[in-house]
This record gives sequence, C-alpha cells and structure tokens, in this order.
Amino acid sequence: MSTTWIFIALILGFVIIFQIAKASEYVSILKGEEKTRKENNRINAFLLLAFLIAGLFGVWYCNHRLSGKILGEAASNHGERIDNMLWITLAITGVVFLLTQIALFWFSFKYQEKEGRKAFYYPHNNKLELIWTVIPAITLTVLVGFGLYYWFQITGEAPKDAMEVEVTGKQFNWEFRYPGKDGTFGKRIYKEVNEAKSNPLGQIWDDAANHDDIYTTGEMHIVVNKPVKLIIGAKDVIHDVGLAHFRMKMDAVPGIPTTMWFTPKFTTRQMRDKYGPDFNYEISCDQMCGKGHFSMRGTIVVETQSEYNAWMATKQPQYLAAMEAMKGGAEKGAVPGNVKPVEAGAGAADSSATAGKPVAALTKH
Amino acid sequence: MNENINPNVHTETHTGHGGLHTDHHGHDHDGHHHHKQSFVSKYIFSQDHKTIAKQFLITGMLWAIVGGLFSVLFRLQLAYPDETFPILETFFGRWAKGGQIQPEFYYALITMHGTVLVFFVLTGGLSGTFANLLIPLQVGARDMASPFMNMLSYWFFFLASVVMFSSLFVQTGPAAGGWTSYPPLSALHEASIGSKAGMDMWIISMALFVVSSLLGGLNYIATILNMRTKGMSMTRMPLTMWAILFTAILGVLSFPVLLSGFILLLFDRNGGTSFYLSDIVVNGKILPNEGGSAILYQHLFWFLGHPEVYIIILPAMGLVSEVMSVNARKPIFGYMAMVGSLLAITILAFLVWAHHMFVSGLNPFLGSVFVLLTLLIAIPSAIKVFNWITTIWRGNIRFTPGMMFSIGFVSLFISGGLTGIWLGNSTLDIHLHDTYFVVAHFHIVMGVSAFFGMFAGVYHWFPKMFGRYLNNTLAYIHFWVTLAGAYLIFWPMHYQGLAGVPRRYLDFRLWSSFNHFTDLNKMITIVSIIVFATQLMFVFNFFYSIFKGRKVRSTNPWGSTTLEWTTPINPGHGNWPGEIPEVHRWAYDYAKDGRDFIPQTEPLNPGESKH
Repeated sequence: MSTTWIFIALILGFVIIFQIAKASEYVSILKGEEKTRKENNRINAFLLLAFLIAGLFGVWYCNHRLSGKILGEAASNHGERIDNMLWITLAITGVVFLLTQIALFWFSFKYQEKEGRKAFYYPHNNKLELIWTVIPAITLTVLVGFGLYYWFQITGEAPKDAMEVEVTGKQFNWEFRYPGKDGTFGKRIYKEVNEAKSNPLGQIWDDAANHDDIYTTGEMHIVVNKPVKLIIGAKDVIHDVGLAHFRMKMDAVPGIPTTMWFTPKFTTRQMRDKYGPDFNYEISCDQMCGKGHFSMRGTIVVETQSEYNAWMATKQPQYLAAMEAMKGGAEKGAVPGNVKPVEAGAGAADSSATAGKPVAALTKH
Repeated sequence: MNENINPNVHTETHTGHGGLHTDHHGHDHDGHHHHKQSFVSKYIFSQDHKTIAKQFLITGMLWAIVGGLFSVLFRLQLAYPDETFPILETFFGRWAKGGQIQPEFYYALITMHGTVLVFFVLTGGLSGTFANLLIPLQVGARDMASPFMNMLSYWFFFLASVVMFSSLFVQTGPAAGGWTSYPPLSALHEASIGSKAGMDMWIISMALFVVSSLLGGLNYIATILNMRTKGMSMTRMPLTMWAILFTAILGVLSFPVLLSGFILLLFDRNGGTSFYLSDIVVNGKILPNEGGSAILYQHLFWFLGHPEVYIIILPAMGLVSEVMSVNARKPIFGYMAMVGSLLAITILAFLVWAHHMFVSGLNPFLGSVFVLLTLLIAIPSAIKVFNWITTIWRGNIRFTPGMMFSIGFVSLFISGGLTGIWLGNSTLDIHLHDTYFVVAHFHIVMGVSAFFGMFAGVYHWFPKMFGRYLNNTLAYIHFWVTLAGAYLIFWPMHYQGLAGVPRRYLDFRLWSSFNHFTDLNKMITIVSIIVFATQLMFVFNFFYSIFKGRKVRSTNPWGSTTLEWTTPINPGHGNWPGEIPEVHRWAYDYAKDGRDFIPQTEPLNPGESKH
C-alpha cells in the first residue's frame, strides 16, 4: 500500500515540476528570452559558488560523522606501513583536491557573463603548461617512491621463523591446515578430495608428513608478534583472503597457490579491550565467488604462544579421522577398500623432490 | 531488408565521395534523393550518420533506464536487508521470494548493472552517439566513410542488446558473476545459477557488441583521417574529433583481445577445454581439467578492461572541452597539450592493465612496474584538468545546461581521478582492493563523469539533432540534483572502503567489522532513488522536447565556430545543401581580435596571426 502512495506522490511531484518548467518557458518568452537567459546565468553562477561552500562543508561533515567508523589502528606490521602510505597520499591528493575544486567553482562564479566583459584570448602558455607538467611529475615520483618502498617490504620474503598456515577457500567457507609437530605440510592433490572419506583437502596419506597435519575450518589461530605466512589456495572458484584489520589481502586461486605474510601486533583479547567485546578479526572473501559470497566469513584468533599451544594440543590430526572413516567404510562395504589410491601414489612419486611444498608442485603432472 | 536499402547504397556511396571535394555538382539540390526514402530506410535501416547517432542514443537511454533501475533494486536490499517489499515478488516472483531480494537475484542485478552501463550505455550509447553525429559534421563530410558499415554497427549493437535483454528472461537468470565474469566462477555451470544459460548468452551478446564496436571504430578512424574537408588539417579539428579518434583506436586495438578471452571462456564452458581451469573440486565433483590458469583470463580481460575505461572517458573529455570553450567564449587553453595528453593517455592505457591484479598473486616486481605506469597517467590527466580550469579563467561564461554539466564533469573527474592515485599505488591497493573505495572511485571518475560528459553533449547538440531545445528549467533541476546526488551517494563510500567493507555483499549483518553503516546505507539508497527519478525526468524532457520543445531559429544558436553549425537547422542526408564549406582556421577562435567568435569557414584576414 505504502509503495502505491510513494508512486502516486512521485508522479504528482513530477507533474508539478513539469508544469512549472513549461510555465517558466512561456514566462521567458513573455519576458524576453535574452533577459531570462541572463537571469538564469546569474542564478546558476551563484549556485555554483554556493555548491562549493556547501560541498566543502559537506566534506568536513562527512569526515566528522564517519572518521570514527573506519578501522582503528592497524593490527599488523604491514598495516602500519599501509596506513603511513595512506596519510602521505591523503595529504598530497587532499591539497590538490582543494586547490582545483576551489579554482574551478570560484572561476566559474567570478567569470560569469557580464555586460561589457570581454573574454581574454589566451590560447596557450608554454611556460605555464611546463610548470603543471613538471609539478605533478615530481609529486607522483614521490608517491611511487614511497609506495614501492613499502610494497617491497610487504611482499618480500617472509622471515625464516615465520609460522605457516595453509588457507583454502571453497564455496562458501574457509579451511585451514597447520603443519603439525614436524613443521612440514604433507603433500596433497585435488583429485583425492573426498568429504565422505574425511579428506577435505585431498591429503595423500602415503606421505608421512601428512600424519600430523591439523585441519580446521572457520577459525584460524595465530600467535601474536610472530610472523605468519599464509599459503593460499582455492578449490572451486577464485576467492580472496581479506583481512581488513591487518590491512592484508590476497586472492585464492584454484591451481595457483599464492602467499602473504604479516606479523600480528595485538591479541584478540587486547583488541576486545580496546574496541568492545564484540570484536573479532574477520576473514572476508573479497573476490566475488557465487551466491554465498557475502557470507563467506572466517575468523582469526590472535593469542599468546602458550594459549596457542594449549589450543593446538586439543586438536587431532586429520589423518586419524580419515583412517577412522576408511575403516568404517570398509566394514560397511560401501567404499571399495582401496587404502592406497593409485593415482595419489603416482602423484607423490612424481614430485617427491618438492616434498614440503604443498599444493603447487603436486597438482601439476 | 535488402530491397529497402539497395536503392540507397548507390546514392550513399555517391554522397560519400561527394565529401571529397571532387564532385560538388550533385548536391546543389540535395533533396533530390530524399523523396525516394521509405519510412524504413529513413528511420530504421538508415545509413544517415545523424539517424544512426539518434538510434545509438535512444537505445543507450533505454539501457540506462534498465541499468539504473537494477541499481535502485540492489540499493533497496543494501539499505533494508530485513524488510520485505511485496511489490518485488509481484514483479520478480521467486527471485524476490517473500518480497526479499534473493542472493542469486542480487548478484544478477549487480552483474547486469555493470555490464549494461559500462558497455551498452557508456560505450555504445556515448561513443556511438557522438562519434556518429559529430564526425561528419565537424570534419566536413557528407557521411561516414562507409555508411553501410555504420548501419551494420548499429544493428550489431541492437542484436547484442536483444540477446542481452533476452538473457534476463531465461529460467536460470542472466549472468551473475560480476561484469568482469572471472572464471572459474563464470566457467563452471555448477558454481552458480548465473553461470548456466545466462552466461552463454552474455558471452554471445558481448561478442556481437565487440563486432559492432569494431565496425564503428574502423569507420570513425577512416572518416577522420580521410574525409576531412578542404583546409581541415588535423590540428584544426575540434578536440571532440581528437578524442573520438583516440577512442576508436583504443577500441580497435583492445576489443579483439577481449573477444579472444571470451571465446576461450566459451570453450571452457562448453567444449571441455582447460584454458582457465585447473585443480577444481566444485560441489564435491572433481573436474578433470588441469594446467589452465584462471589468471590468464584476467590478463585478457583487463587488456581491454582498462582501455575500456578510457574508451568511456575520452569522448566525454572531448565533448566537455568543446562545450566549455564555446560557453566560456574563450579558446580551449593549450590545444596541443590537450591533444598530447589524449595521446599519452591512449598509449598508457595499454600499459596499466595489471593494476587490477595487484592482489591476484602477481609477481611483486611486475606489480611495481604497473604502479609506475599507472601513476604516470595522472600527469596527462592533471594537465587536462589544469587546462580546463584555465579555459574558464577570465572567460565570459554562459551557464547553458551543457556548460553546467561540463563544469560538473571537471569537478567529478578531479574527485574521482585523485582516488585513482590511491588505488594505483599497490601498497594502498592491498587494503582498498575490492572494497567500496573502488566502487566510489570508478563510479565518480568514469561512471558519473562520463554521464556528465554525455549530458553536456546531449544538451549542447540536441538543437542540431532535432531542431529544438530541451526545456531549460528541467535541465537545471536535472543538473543540480544529479551533481549533488552523485557526491552524496559516492563520497561517503570512500569511508566504507577505508573501513574495509567489501564490494558485492548484499547483507552485512553477519559481520562485526562491517555492520555499522546501516544509516549511511539508507541515506545512499534514498538519494539514489531521487537521482534515478531525476534521470527519468530527463528522459521525459528528451522525448517531449523532440516533438514539443522550443524551436531553434538560428543555425548557430550557441555562437560556435565549428562546422556543424554551418548546416541548415534540420540538415538532410548529406548535411550541406550546397558545397561542403572550406576551413581556414582552427576551431577555437573565440574572443580573438575583439570579436566574439570567428567561424572556421572565415578566411584569415591579412596580417591576422594564427593561433
């Protein structure tokens, strides 16, 4: 019902505006078109100036209302660099924004058509044009310089002592794997993926390095002040590991593993003390991945080493679950008792040289 | 169809050659072949560039209404995720079950909104309209180099439109993988309902669109290079011509790459190939494809995709330069610098595509090269902005609706261009990539700006198209609501982006990091409904004024120097009843030697300096 009223109101409003517009055209003919034109000119010149002032106020007001709603302090070492870059860029582009917008609207107002004013024939001025080619060039060099300085720090090699976590995206949640006590990820191949056999990542059980690997989903645990390297992949379509609080982001591409690393600065608990009990480090999927894209949420718990160790101690390697599933399957006779998948064996033999490097080598024969 | 156009082919070829100032005799009474034209050959399968321009414009406008309506629908969802709108279920059935926009529907809406506006409105509608209308009129030609090919260009566009529009009605819905349609999502039927039949139709429609774009583009280039009237050297052309020339070159060189990308995608979808596919388990099903690269598609797509944004913005820049100079009653400042910066943008446009892929796992060194090349584009862009501002400095400005939209264009181009410096810097892009910051950036700099350029063009050249004016009061309301609305909608989105709010989410209630913008989202939606209604008012003004607008009484209503205003108020096919005028000076002799303006056709006075 209310929608009907809204439509009726819109149509009525439109009819009224149209009648006014039509009437004003007749009035202008009566008054003399030239006179009306000049009047319109004055009104619009004034409005342009008013728009400049209102706009600048709006910029301030918008900032006043929203600056508290953007993210707090960057929660990683790289995040600090990104925030520095943000301030440098904001300062430079902010100045340019103000100068050019003010010049544009002020000149428009000031040089509105006036009786007796002659436009100034000014087709070019090489010196002026040189100045405003060189100044942007220098400014941009500064921005490129800072940008690349930070970029190479952020994308450079992870420190040797970084802990590693493997992140896999699938429609529509996140899966994590930790290398376990041996510090090495076992090999996996996508053709072994089998939820029914409790092998969601396609781990190859022949590889002993797999026997202690821990698998979890939904929530990732990492240690505060310890660099963490994420090895990122996807099963079905492209996803993206978006970590807004750490200011980090990397696509998860099926078939092509990617990596990123950072050092978290604050534990989840510290952040909750600062930003309220609802705070969570969230993993958002930042690459459109299908109908559940908007709900592809994961969380990260940043904790101290001892808390991490305690949490890890509660976890069982996925190997045990898989063996359990296989036994169950064999007993029921539902799954042919093929403990050693032929293909997996072949895959493993192919790429034994690259043991420890997950995903990448194994998937290419 | 052949019966209808055949009688004309001969005539058209004849007029086409007439443009080459060798044969002027046949046109002294130009009307002689008009009485032969049937309704179909005059208004439907027309080879007159002016009619084709109107066809592109009107088709583009219809698409803009459709695309705009889609955005209103998904904005409703963003503002009121927990409310129901029974009327939506009435119209869209199960796609809006219970009056709520379903996720599949939301993703179809954003995909079609992007596709329609980027390609069908701001490429087809903008280039198609003004290249066709202005090239022959401003360079002094009877018609395009190949009027027949020009007609085909429109009808391929029409066919593409029909296929795309039909895809809205297939049972599984239209494409829904975003306007970029990245595989594997777009390649796997199982991955999304939008990757079924709708996706194939999307690809076919886009392929037809590319054909249309190529036929048009080759024609534009050929006409500008070969069919200029006597005296119209390249550096005497209005900047609109330069802008359209560079746009066409960009399109001709980059659209084929896009087409190849789409064809490979079509094979991957239906032919069992693995160009983009490797190591995939979808819905528990293990696919045999190995060795492909999903990233390859992104390279092919953005090799067009990035030039595409310049294909959209360059014509707008050209239109604005022209309208601004005419209404400031001053020459455009730094003509050669304007041409040079257009050229620089055109070249750089091919060298920056991977800045869309900084977080795709691209080699960081390669990324750094693209940072440098991307930020280089800011230099020619800055030159253009400074030159526009200097053009109005010490002018004697007439605020016609066209001029208002030109000023609005520059303002928006500054606002949106500066955030490009943020996003082009890979370091910042890590945080801002795929957030609302990107949405704000490209909507301001190429969406709304290009629309402003288009509006400036429509208001300025409407008298040439239809011999009537648009209603001024409605025009000024249109301008002010749209400018204020554009800033109200997109300015706050920068803050959402800085907060890391991802694009393409239809509901933020799950998220503790992104759920605190409810009021803002409502405000944006309400403003966008108002702005959309205002555009409908413009469309009404447009069609009403075609038939009932105030009549144009002077051949040169704006006091302009360029050739299109030397034609009759309602020029027939062939444009000039007599000989094509000869050109003696550049297009920007305003305020020179104490005169308001000097038409291009006027010979230099003895002792007069060139520009």
